Formats: sequence, C-alpha cells, structure tokens
Amino acid sequence: MSFKDVVSPFTAWKNLFRDPVTIRDPLNDRPGAARYRGFHQNDIEKCIGCGTCETICQNGAIDMLPVEGRATKQGDSGLRPRIDYGRCCWCALCVDVCMTGSLSMSNEYKWVESDPDAFRFTPGVDAKHWDHAELGYRRPEGHRLTAEHRLHMGEMAPEERIGSFAEIVDGYDVAQAKLEADRCVACGLCVATCPAHMAIPQYIAAIRDGDYERGVSLLYETNPFSGICGRVCTHKCESACASRHEGDPIAIRWLKRHIMDQVSVEQIRRAVGTAAPSSGRKVAIVGAGPAGLTAAFDLAKRGHAVTVFEALDKPGGMTRFGIPEYRLPYEAIDQDVDIIRSLGVEIRCNTRVGSDVTLDELREKHDAVLIALGLQLGRATRVPGTDHPDVRKAVDLLRQATAGEDFGTPRSAVVIGGGNVAMDIARTLARLQKQQFGAVKVIVTALEDFAHFLADPDEIKEAGEEGIAVFDARGPQQVVVEDGKVTGLRTWKVKAIFDEQGRFAPSYDETDELFHPGSMIVEAIGQMTDTALLGDALTEKLAWTRGRLQVDAGGRSSEPWLWAAGDMVRGPDVISAVADGHRVAASIHTAIMTEQAK
Amino acid sequence: MSYTPDRSQYPAMRPDGTLDIDLTSGKYLKLWQGPQHPGITGNMSVELTVCGDEVVEGKTHVGYLHRGFEKLMERRTFIQVFPIVCRVCVPEPDFNEYCYAAAVEELAGLQVPEQARWIRTLILEMGRVNSYMMYLGGQAGAFGLGVIGQWTTYARDLMLDRFEELTGARIYHMFILPGGVRDGLPDGFAQRMEETLAEIERTMKDVYEVMFCNAVFKTRAVGLGYIDPALLDQYGVTGPNARAAGVAKDVRKDHPYLAYPELDFEPVTGTESDVYARADVRRRDVLVSVDLIRQILAKMPKEGPVMAKLPNVLHWKIPRGETYIRGECSRGEYGYYLVTDGSGYPRRINVRGPSYTHAMALLERMIVNVNISDVAALMVSLHTYPPEIER
Repeated sequence: MSFKDVVSPFTAWKNLFRDPVTIRDPLNDRPGAARYRGFHQNDIEKCIGCGTCETICQNGAIDMLPVEGRATKQGDSGLRPRIDYGRCCWCALCVDVCMTGSLSMSNEYKWVESDPDAFRFTPGVDAKHWDHAELGYRRPEGHRLTAEHRLHMGEMAPEERIGSFAEIVDGYDVAQAKLEADRCVACGLCVATCPAHMAIPQYIAAIRDGDYERGVSLLYETNPFSGICGRVCTHKCESACASRHEGDPIAIRWLKRHIMDQVSVEQIRRAVGTAAPSSGRKVAIVGAGPAGLTAAFDLAKRGHAVTVFEALDKPGGMTRFGIPEYRLPYEAIDQDVDIIRSLGVEIRCNTRVGSDVTLDELREKHDAVLIALGLQLGRATRVPGTDHPDVRKAVDLLRQATAGEDFGTPRSAVVIGGGNVAMDIARTLARLQKQQFGAVKVIVTALEDFAHFLADPDEIKEAGEEGIAVFDARGPQQVVVEDGKVTGLRTWKVKAIFDEQGRFAPSYDETDELFHPGSMIVEAIGQMTDTALLGDALTEKLAWTRGRLQVDAGGRSSEPWLWAAGDMVRGPDVISAVADGHRVAASIHTAIMTEQAK
Repeated sequence: MSYTPDRSQYPAMRPDGTLDIDLTSGKYLKLWQGPQHPGITGNMSVELTVCGDEVVEGKTHVGYLHRGFEKLMERRTFIQVFPIVCRVCVPEPDFNEYCYAAAVEELAGLQVPEQARWIRTLILEMGRVNSYMMYLGGQAGAFGLGVIGQWTTYARDLMLDRFEELTGARIYHMFILPGGVRDGLPDGFAQRMEETLAEIERTMKDVYEVMFCNAVFKTRAVGLGYIDPALLDQYGVTGPNARAAGVAKDVRKDHPYLAYPELDFEPVTGTESDVYARADVRRRDVLVSVDLIRQILAKMPKEGPVMAKLPNVLHWKIPRGETYIRGECSRGEYGYYLVTDGSGYPRRINVRGPSYTHAMALLERMIVNVNISDVAALMVSLHTYPPEIER
C-alpha cells in the first residue's frame, strides 16, 4: 500500500473531459456489418424449392410451403422456405448449403413488431424493407458444404473406340460411385421429373451405404430396365437436379448403371422376388420393347400368364435394334430381358402379328391384348431425289446393322437429322467405314442450330471426336443424282424452323447453299408406327387422334380388350415407355380381375 | 484474512469431513446467495452457513442453466452440432467452436488450410481479450468499483465490432466450421484492429491506475482467497488460477496447437495466489493477447483457401474413433471429448470446461472462514462461467 494507491483512483475523473463513447441513436446510426447475418433474403425466381435449407436447419426453423401463384414445374417444387425467427439462430447454414445461391442474409437486425406471428414469414414472398439490402451475409466464394463437380467418367479414347462397337464408357468403380453418390442432397426433385418416378435419392443412398441388394430392389420397384436405362436413359432427372444450378448434376444415370454392374443375376432375382400364384388370366402383348416387357413384368408378377409376340428374332425392341452396341451392349439387354423371362413371361420371337398370327386369334385366346409396337417406320423428307435406292432410313439401317446384315456401307454418307437417332446412324456408319475402308467420311446436317440441337451434347462432342462433320442449321433441298448414282446433298441455310404461329415451316436463306458429297443419304428425321397389323376393319373402329391411337389414362383404347403402350402412344424414350408399361399393366390388371374384358 | 489453524471456535468435523453444525443452537445461520446475485457471473448459487459474518461452510449449487447441450448434440448431424456448441459458453464461445471443429477434423481426417489455422488463432485471442474484459468489470464490481465495468464494457464492445465485421455476428460468431473458417479477413481489418488494440491498451492503463493501484481494492483483494499450489493438481486447477500460484500452466505452451508454436510469448505468472494476484495475471494476460493479435496479423498468410473440401455435410459419416481436443481459454484448459461410431451423429460429446472444477469443489474449500462480503469477490476471482459448468 502506498500513497499512489490512495491518489491514483482519482485519475478516473479525467473521463469527465472525454467525449461519450456511446452511439446516440443506435437504431439508425448503427447498420450491421457487411457480413452481418441478419434477416434472410431469398431470390424466389432463383430458388427451386429443393428444401435443402430445411434439411440442414438444426432448429427446425424452416418450413417449405406452397406460394400462391407459383406452380410446381420440372426442377422446381413450387415450395419456398418460410422462416420462423422464434427458432432461427442465425447460423446461416441454410445460406451455406443453398443449392442455387438464392438464399442470403441482409445486414438488417432491428425489427420491432407487436404481433409475434409476424416473425414467421417467407423471405422474397412477404415483402420486407431489407429485401434489396446490398449488405449482409452471402456465401463466400468457394465455400461449399457439398461437392459441386461430378466424378469424371472414364471412357475409351476416340481413336480406339472408332475401330469397334465396344462400349465407350467405363462405368464407375465402387469408390468413384460412393463419391458421386455423396454429392446428392436427396431433395427428390428428380423423382417428380422421372417418368417412372424411380426412387432416386434412396438408391443413391444405398450406393453410399454399399448396400447394393437394397439398391437393386429399389430399382426394380419402378424399372425392370435398369441395366438399359443405366446406360441410355435420357436422364431428365439430371436436368431437374438441384446440384446443376451451381455445379454439375449428379450422374444419376451412371449411378443406376453402377448398381446393376455390382449385383449378380442371383441378387437381382432375389430382389425381384417371385410371381404371385396364377390368376388364371392370360394376356397377349405385341412387341417386346421396353413398354411391352415392362407391362409383361408387372402382369407376370401379379400371377397372369403373359405371352409376348415379337416380329424380330430377338427381344428388346428399339433398345436392341435402334441403339448401337457401343452405347448399349447386347448383354445388358439380355440380362434385363432374362430377369423378366424368369418370372414366367413367354417371349415368342420371329412371330409377326398380322401374318404369323392374327390379332383376332390373340383376342380370342387371351383376356386382354396389349400392343406396344414402337415407332419402326422412318419418316421421309420428300425432297427431290429421295426416291433413289441409296437414300435410306436410319431406323432400317440400324436394324440391319444390329442383325449383322450387309447393307452396303458407303464410302461417304450424309445424314439428315439432328436427333440422337441421326447421331446413332452417323456413328454406326463411321465405325463400319473405319472397319471396311480405314477412313471415316460422314456428314450430319441438321435443321436446328447448335443452340437448339436435339441430340445430347455428349453425342455431338463424341461424334466430332470420331471424325464426323456436323453442319447445323442446314435444310435439305435436293439429293443430287448423277448418272444414276447419288453424289451428295444440297442444303440451304435455315433462317427459322417454325413460323410465327409456332408451326413447323422452315424458311431458308437461298443464297447460302452448300453441297455435301456422299454416296448414300440417310434420313433420320423421325419415325412413326406401323399399324398395318390392326387391319382395316379394326382401324376403322378404333378412335384416333392426329394419327395416333387414342387411349385413356390407363392406355386402354376404345375397344375394351385392346390396350396400347410405349412410343406409339406416348414417347419418346425408354424410361417413358417403362412408365407407360406400368400404367397399362395396372389398368389391364384391374380390368381383367374385375370385369369381363372381352 | 487467512485460514486459522485453531478451529476451536468452529464446528467440529465429522469423520467423513463434513461439519457438525447444530442449526438449532442459534449460533449459525443458513444464507442462500444466488442464483441471481449480482456478484455471480451467471446463474449459480452458494448455500452458506455463517457464524456471525463469517462463513463456516459453503455448498455450491448449480443446475439453473442446464440446457442439455451434450445430449442435444447426439441427436444432430456433425454439421448441425456446429451452431449449437458456441452456446455452451456465452462469454467466450469461440473455444467451443474451435475444439469441436478440431475434434471432428481429427476423426474425419480433414486438413485445415493454413490461413484458416491463423484466423482461428486470431479469433481465440480476440475472444480471450473479451472474456478478460468481462472478468475485470466483474471483479472490480464485486468490490464496489462500478466504473471499471463501464470502461471494460466499452473496450469489449470495440472488439465485438471487430468480431462483427470478421464473422458476421457479435456474440455467437458461428464462424469456425469443421474444415476451416467461413471467410478470410475483410479489407482494412488489420488497420481497424490496430485502432481497437490501441484503445484497449489505453483502457487497460486506466484500469491499472484506478483498479490495481487502489487502496480499497488492495485492502480487500490482497491475501483473500489463497490457493495452495499443492492443491492445483488435486483440484484440477488450470489457467490464470494456477499461474497466479506460480505454476506456469498454459495449454498454448504445454500442448501447442494452431499457430501458437510460431508466436512469441511467455505465460504470465504470479506468486501470491490470492484474488489480487489472479486479477493481475489476467490484466497482464490481456496485454499478451493484444501483442499476440498484432503478431498474428503480421505473420498470417493473407490469401489461400480457408476451408478444406468437405464431403456432403448432409450425410456426413465419421469413422469410429475418439479424441480429446484442448485449448487454453481465458479460464484455463477447455476441452472437447468426441466419440464417433461410424454413423452420421456423434456418439458422445463431453465438454470439459475449467469452471466446473474451479467453481464447485475448489470454491467449497476456499469459502470457509471468509467474510460474507468477500464471498462474491472470491467467486469472481476464480473466473467461472456457469453456462459452461452446466452445458
């Protein structure tokens, strides 16, 4: 203790001469810092209602609710997060995990209100004065709580793959698949988009857990063509994936294939189970494509005796005779079909209904008949010169290529069309040319420009790598024939494909003309159904809508014994055919069990 | 005032160590201090038995602030635990964030980026300064020196401004995520931090002159609440409470973590082990932290990533394992014990806060023979935070 200890405390008085340190009007003079985590903002146009914010919120402060005037659409649930500020702890994990970057926080933190319910609102929908605040917490660049990039899928090099029809992609190994499956946030937007509503988040979870039996059970609940769809599905699910907004979509298709690659036939059989005891009902199905066989699978499981009639020598329909082997190996088709057969489905190949057996006979011997004919006839452009025998249809050539028939591979070819079928035939011809002549000379001309191309981007990229020249926005004008031989195709530049009313009516720039040399012209501009087997009398009786057989929601035609499914009534891909097969099978089952369908 | 070996005028001790107090004799009075006594940081109470104005027995009672955090954590995914942990200790929340994140990182095999390591160190030192500011105000207030609390609250508020601009929040920062930290330093942060540090140093000078060179404070604090150095290990005493007894216990030195091995500092120690010595150790520790913050801002990398690549946190599973992560908080050793079982949830999380040992067993021993008016100051001198005792 010293004299200083007595005097020193009085130095506190010097504060009398200092300015006050308090802020006079903190409510107005003290905005939150630039990173302040204040009340939420949500760009509801950007938000897709995936609900990942709701999932991560450990307080249960977020509810996904419908918003008036906002409909559910592909890739958007139509729901938006409502936040309860009685629960929110301002941790901003919702902002960090937001898949689109729509959610952020303003730097506003002061809000006085007498009604406690006011503190529960939907940001972006219920207008607040901080909706356009420039400051506040935004997810920092590079700060992610999920992985944004897709695992690379290994594939054969172009120079190697062009020499054969071997499958191009490698498929994921277990470690790769786990990492890819880990990226999924299980929002389920994909399920709503998938025509067959496959349990996508659940089977992806099975991959994460390494439980492939569970995975294959989930696949077969909705899709007996998982081996096929795992390779060639048009994967609309991926275009609805929440991960695509700030990164790559989950490789849902490859993950499905991965499950099928990992399981043995015995495991698949276990997952599929056995058919129900015989119902005593019989169903005939015409066409062994995905729609017909899916219906056969469902009906056989329910105990009905199913016979499938197939005109060609092998089952699979377009998956076998339309899709080239380098995209879909035949073993994958065989495996999927064998599982369906194992349920007791009889598939009679080389049996053309209409000639080998009539539709009337089928009708007499069965309780119901389903036609799933697909789209087997190629459409024609009808431009001058297309009546030449060296102007061919893509579907015919693909069928012949699968059957191993020699259709006279041209040294140079021009393909008309910009869809996946055009790419399939172009790449098939390229492989045949490489094998027979050692050089690729294939040109693809499409009406659409690259910005609106119909074929998958991968197809265009890979076709280019394989030496195929793709010309976009070219309209075919004439097949040039000299001395009785096709020498090429003349095209004009496309100005617009549709007219002002949105009807198909291409207009051309006639001054921009090109000549594409080729000794064969292949038309790949679309297909239609061959309904000859129906016969004139039945065709007359049935109801039609713009050339398509008219069916109800369950696929039943105006004749009570006849159902139709697949591409012929509802396209345009394998997974849609599978979905249709399920729908029709359910309708047939209800009908034959509850009424006299005949 | 110190412990008198002559116990003749005090109640006799039973063989089990408890005192034989006959309340019907009229000689003793039961006095309940708390749970909202202003001398107590937070909600805790002491059941005192006094003889005249002298305490003959004190029992500590906790439980007023139990929120069941450890159990709540077992029902949350690893990322969902992150916003909870800071709430375990309100005045110095960052140690919870650091210890939890480091424990998860160790078991999940994550490597934290260099810049994040330094920012974490910075945040922990900023938090230490704030914690001491609250303590100094409380310690002075317990002796009736109200003005000190006003000054240290001002200094703390300046540091909270820095916290706000760095982390986006003032109290619960929620900035140290498993894998790193949320973001780098904002533009001009070092400059504003330097201004804050200068203001804190000026405040500390005032605090020294008015609180530490003060006849009243010295009369009351010197000699009060002596902790025998021999008791330190027996009672699990760490931090400034141990350092004021001359034992240089400091996790930053003993088991270096984060960027501390690259920083130049010496643990502050005292000799007298009384209330005054402990307060003085903490006062000087503020200055060490101010110096450390300057060193960190000068030495830390200014660019590079601040977050490790995380797996998808929504279904993050961590392999079976257990670990204990510790750090030196303003009160002593703070630690998180984490057990994982391969699932997406922690199997067990146990928080080891220094307040538990300091405020309960040690206080019961120290409080005997103390004047009632000194009880509050004695409790504050142990610098305990009830939220962290009870969790």
